[in-house]
Amino acid sequence: MNTPGQGRAGDVAIYALGLGDDALVLAQRMGEWIASAPELEEDVALGNIGLDLLGQARALLTYAGSADGRTEDDLAYLRGADEFCNVLLVERPDDGDFAHCVARLLVFSAYQAELYARLASSGDETLSAVAAKAVKEVAYHRDHATQWALRLGDGTEESHRRMQAGLDAVWPYVDELFAADELEPGLPGVAVDPAELREPTVAYVSGVVGRATLAVPDVPAAPGGGRAGRHTDALVSMLAEMQGLARAMPGVTW
Amino acid sequence: MYGNHDTTSVPVEAPAADDPTFDRDFMALIDDDGRVEPRDAMPDAYRRGLVRQIAQHAHSEIIGMQPEGSWIGRAPSLKRKAILMAKVQDEAGHGLYLYAAAETLGVDRADLLDRLHTGRQKYSSIFNYPTPTWADIGAIGWLVDGAAITNQVPITKCSYGPYARAMVRICKEESFHQRQGFEILHTLSHGSPQQHAMAQDAVDRWWWPSLMMFGPPDDDSPNSARSMRWGIKRFSNDELRQRFVDMTAPQSHALGLSLPDPELAFDALTGHWRYGEIDFTELFEVIKGNGPLNAQRMAHRTDAHERGDWVREAALGYAAKHARTEAVA
Repeated sequence: MNTPGQGRAGDVAIYALGLGDDALVLAQRMGEWIASAPELEEDVALGNIGLDLLGQARALLTYAGSADGRTEDDLAYLRGADEFCNVLLVERPDDGDFAHCVARLLVFSAYQAELYARLASSGDETLSAVAAKAVKEVAYHRDHATQWALRLGDGTEESHRRMQAGLDAVWPYVDELFAADELEPGLPGVAVDPAELREPTVAYVSGVVGRATLAVPDVPAAPGGGRAGRHTDALVSMLAEMQGLARAMPGVTW
Repeated sequence: MYGNHDTTSVPVEAPAADDPTFDRDFMALIDDDGRVEPRDAMPDAYRRGLVRQIAQHAHSEIIGMQPEGSWIGRAPSLKRKAILMAKVQDEAGHGLYLYAAAETLGVDRADLLDRLHTGRQKYSSIFNYPTPTWADIGAIGWLVDGAAITNQVPITKCSYGPYARAMVRICKEESFHQRQGFEILHTLSHGSPQQHAMAQDAVDRWWWPSLMMFGPPDDDSPNSARSMRWGIKRFSNDELRQRFVDMTAPQSHALGLSLPDPELAFDALTGHWRYGEIDFTELFEVIKGNGPLNAQRMAHRTDAHERGDWVREAALGYAAKHARTEAVA
């Protein structure tokens, strides 16, 4: 695990790192869709969403690294998978399945919308500023995922089946979003209690799922642990690709 | 980004004054440097030629997303990743404007894509070359986008209004892309010896294919004269190629990189850079489908399209269903 700094500043840094890693890892997944989307408009839209997430990641990683003198690139390129603090939902591959991509974006953007709405009034000025900008971006991501969930759920028989399968695939990773964060109680007025986000996030997603004529999956939760650095092989493979060149030539400027 | 060469063998019929279908008013408009708009009457051959050119240009934009898109996941810094994502996204946007411009001529995007997927329409051959290193992203920006801009700036003044206007915005974005490519190469060239070598290798590989983006020499370019008569093309292949070499050769000095042509030299008498003979046999092989990655580029495109079939059907199904519901309500 990371120890970016000691005491309160270190805790804020670890908190920012978790949120930044979420955004970075999902940005990387979104990037996989560019030039492979079902329509040209989706290449543009998913690229846009990926760029927004990457922007959030850069702001949060820069802030996290400022606690101990690391840059955004040190954090993105020179940590192993066991040092990443993202939730598992964002690292799971969608295998080029658009329904899976939409289901993951629906859940994650609904969660981020609630998170950033609260974080915008954080007592930490940097977190509050990042959240105030991101909350507008995430509203668009959530709307985009919602529109597609409706079209796929209530489109054709095949799209209905695929969208339901997409939801079923991501649902085991929903619980982890709201798991108690060991840092949060020590950062009153700064961090957001994840447990507080469960009700509004699930209500939003369930509402969309119902309108899309789909069912909220009844599946057991998968083991979490992403915030503590316990990840799936999918993250290891992703980082091998993402970090390969930067690690092959350390210390240079790109 | 886009090349200039017309890769189809079916020529657009040339307008000739003794042709009974020759439209005097139309040609007067062209000769007067006027703009043709979608609802204006236009000769069929003009319409067909434009559809083919704009579609080929649009196809080039979307196939062109692949060689660079493959580096989004591997870009060596977050800043470079963000710039590259935005660039490839711009190319998708260019594809959209151009398909929309073609649609003003009475064709639809789905049909044009079908023609691409079945090999009836082409895209610029430059995208059949591989991008094995990060420096290729710099070289594509500097050379390929640079060549594309040289080709495209005159199209902002072409006779067909929607195409000309689409090109104004595209050229602005392309010149931004070219500067980004130059900056990637500049950083590499002035970085470690390994980075410098990577940059030089990429420039060595992309230089000649970039010169070929302007198409065959003028005396071997049957469609150029027709295009120029229609006011679609303003300068010949060789004129544009020379303009590109004149712009690029001095920039290579600023980059600290050499261009792989021992005959490249400034000619003080003409004020132009002289360059060595281009081996067009390679270009024609790539056009015929024998380039390094022709098959892979098409397979990626058709695969993405087919994997998206059910998504597009769902969107249509949903729209139809809800149109009915609204009509009932």
